[in-house]
Amino acid sequence: MDFRDSPAEADFRDEVRTWLSEHLVGEFAELGSRGGPADERGWDVRIEWERTLGRDRWVGCSWPVEYGGRGLDFSQQVIFNEEYAKANAPARVSFFGEGLFAPTLIAYGTDEQKRRFLPKIQSVDELWCQGYSEPNAGSDLSNVQTKAVLDGDEWVVTGQKVWTTLAHRADWCFVVARTEAGSQSHRGLSYLLVPMDQPGVEIRPLRQMTGSAEFNEVYFDEARTSADLVLGDVNDGWKVAMATLGFERGTAFLSQQLAFQRELAEIIAVAQSKGSSRDATIRQELADSYIGVQIMKFNGMRMLTDLVKKGVLGPSSSIGKLFWSNWHRTLGERAMDVLGTDGLLVANEGSGAYELDEFHQIFMTSRAETIYAGASEIQRNIIGERVLGLPREPR
Amino acid sequence: MNFAFTEDQDSLRDVVRSFMDAKSTEEDVRTLMDTESGYDTAVWAQMGGELGLPGLHIPEEFGGQGYGFVELGIVFEEMGRRLLCAPYFATVALAANAILNAGTTEEKAALLPGIASGETIGALAFTESNGRWDADGITMVAKGSGSDWTLDGEKMFVIDGHNADLIVVVARTEGTSGEDGISFFTVAGDAAGLTRTPLATMDQTRKQARLEFSGVKASPLGAPGAGWAALAKTLDQAAVCLSNEMVGGAQFVLDMSVEYAKVRVQFGRPIGSFQAIKHKCADMLLEVESAKSAAYYSAWAAAEDNEELPVVASLSKAYCSDAYFHATAENIQIHGGIGFTWEHPAHLYFKRAKSSEILLGDATYHRELLAQRIGI
Repeated sequence: MDFRDSPAEADFRDEVRTWLSEHLVGEFAELGSRGGPADERGWDVRIEWERTLGRDRWVGCSWPVEYGGRGLDFSQQVIFNEEYAKANAPARVSFFGEGLFAPTLIAYGTDEQKRRFLPKIQSVDELWCQGYSEPNAGSDLSNVQTKAVLDGDEWVVTGQKVWTTLAHRADWCFVVARTEAGSQSHRGLSYLLVPMDQPGVEIRPLRQMTGSAEFNEVYFDEARTSADLVLGDVNDGWKVAMATLGFERGTAFLSQQLAFQRELAEIIAVAQSKGSSRDATIRQELADSYIGVQIMKFNGMRMLTDLVKKGVLGPSSSIGKLFWSNWHRTLGERAMDVLGTDGLLVANEGSGAYELDEFHQIFMTSRAETIYAGASEIQRNIIGERVLGLPREPR
Repeated sequence: MNFAFTEDQDSLRDVVRSFMDAKSTEEDVRTLMDTESGYDTAVWAQMGGELGLPGLHIPEEFGGQGYGFVELGIVFEEMGRRLLCAPYFATVALAANAILNAGTTEEKAALLPGIASGETIGALAFTESNGRWDADGITMVAKGSGSDWTLDGEKMFVIDGHNADLIVVVARTEGTSGEDGISFFTVAGDAAGLTRTPLATMDQTRKQARLEFSGVKASPLGAPGAGWAALAKTLDQAAVCLSNEMVGGAQFVLDMSVEYAKVRVQFGRPIGSFQAIKHKCADMLLEVESAKSAAYYSAWAAAEDNEELPVVASLSKAYCSDAYFHATAENIQIHGGIGFTWEHPAHLYFKRAKSSEILLGDATYHRELLAQRIGI
């Protein structure tokens, strides 16, 4: 056990820190860590910031060098994420492309596909969205009904996707579609890459409880994509789709606690300024949240150590998702406890708009976090069956 | 960054686990919990002689093996798995640490070799009938000067107090309050004027005693009046040890629950296939793994003796207390009726979890302490 950087790690940390201090200036620095993949505040500046990252190969820094990445190992990825969070750098707009699609592409794509798509992800010229969930395929994700049939050298895609984050900004969508007529469940699905800018794609925003609309419904009505834009084998797309979910639950959360720590510190500061930090119950709650975020850090370090040794994040990463999403949801509730009657009012008096301040944002957006990327109940199934070896339910 | 045990540490765990599996079976625990002393002198002698466990973290110059709290944490975790009934926690986590923190070099040289070899069983007489874990709870007054001191009053909940050859007593000098005047003394277990009464403990696997002092002659340990810092550190270190012990028990009952959920059939299916049971087990795993992370990290902070120790000791004690109790309670629920019987071991862990939660301050107490320590 040793929680200090090795000399090589310290050098790398220094490199990241130096780069950030030289580039995260002016309007980029003013953004702070606001926003997220589902939050469009400061959009144009964030795109510009991310292109700055991309030019120096910090977008795609974990990719192999031959595809333009830096080939960072797991420890370096975590160090980069830590320094990025400590610098209060903007939340990333290219999460779906860089974080989800690219690792899947690297694992399952052809060389030609990688050379076609990775450079545009790195240069932030093409943004991606994720076409998984459907009205009848939520937790039961394999119940996909969107169909794709081959017509000459093109796939023709028809169906409806939902909860598609940033679909209205995206250039491409990775779509799980049923390509084998009459197939059921996880068999007969393919992982198709579909361009968004075409007549057969209609996007309808979904306004969520926060008042804003980062999610969308996406209707495919005979949308077309080239026959070769399939990742993995035709009718064998389920395992590719699952690999993406693995990346979604992957390494990013290992350093997520830094942003959470900052939120907690803000809540504690407000509790102190309002005097509620003298209340015994509030003190218990704040201490409990502090314990949780520290344990998130300790758990993350144990998982990273494991990852470095074994090379893969096992199903135990489900523990991470279950832990952080519940912790954050509780933090949102405690933020409201601290606000008291101030919590009755949202940010901008008089404008007529429904705009949330940071605490209300935490309080509300955290309700989605225990649902997306595998609901807590699904995470518990995964832990029960794949980690503890309990019998599956009859299906 | 590396959050893993070394190969040597893993080997230590293997040795201790084998020993505990052999010497602290459920049958052994049930036999010993019905005795007044609550431990097996032959097993204790082996722990001291063959394994050198009482001296594990005592420096070599004082007769110990010179390891640290990470190794000690491993030993406690393995003892917790098997509910070892022995005065190890009292002797090592409490008495030895108090002497290491409070004693002068001469006092350490006089007192620690006996503990390290296993010949001396120690105890820390700290709490009183007010049940408090803070400085204000210490009301016993020591009178005297130089090397001549006399103790009068009562100490309660003294773990293995009736078994100890050497009792480290915490009292205060006359006319002091709060953290001022806190003082350490040592008293022989058979000292004149000392009456020791074994208590009827809810958790029968860890014995406690009431100690009544009537004009007991005591030797100072360190400088009388200036002991608070040493006591606070001792309590933090003991909380780290107890957290690791609790983690061992929590993992054991989780394994018990999962095993039972796989084989117990109701409605024609193993009950572990039902989400109601599966999700309980998943939550237990999340808490047990998180408790391990906290306990191991706090052991590292104690080993480094760094400034993080007070915060992570309270963090660890609060989280592990809740996680262990929750795991043992769910274990009973998952077992159903059989889990409520005397014959089934579930209640042994349930009671150990509750007593461990209360000892050294419960989760609520440590969350408040943590709040103070992080400046809320």
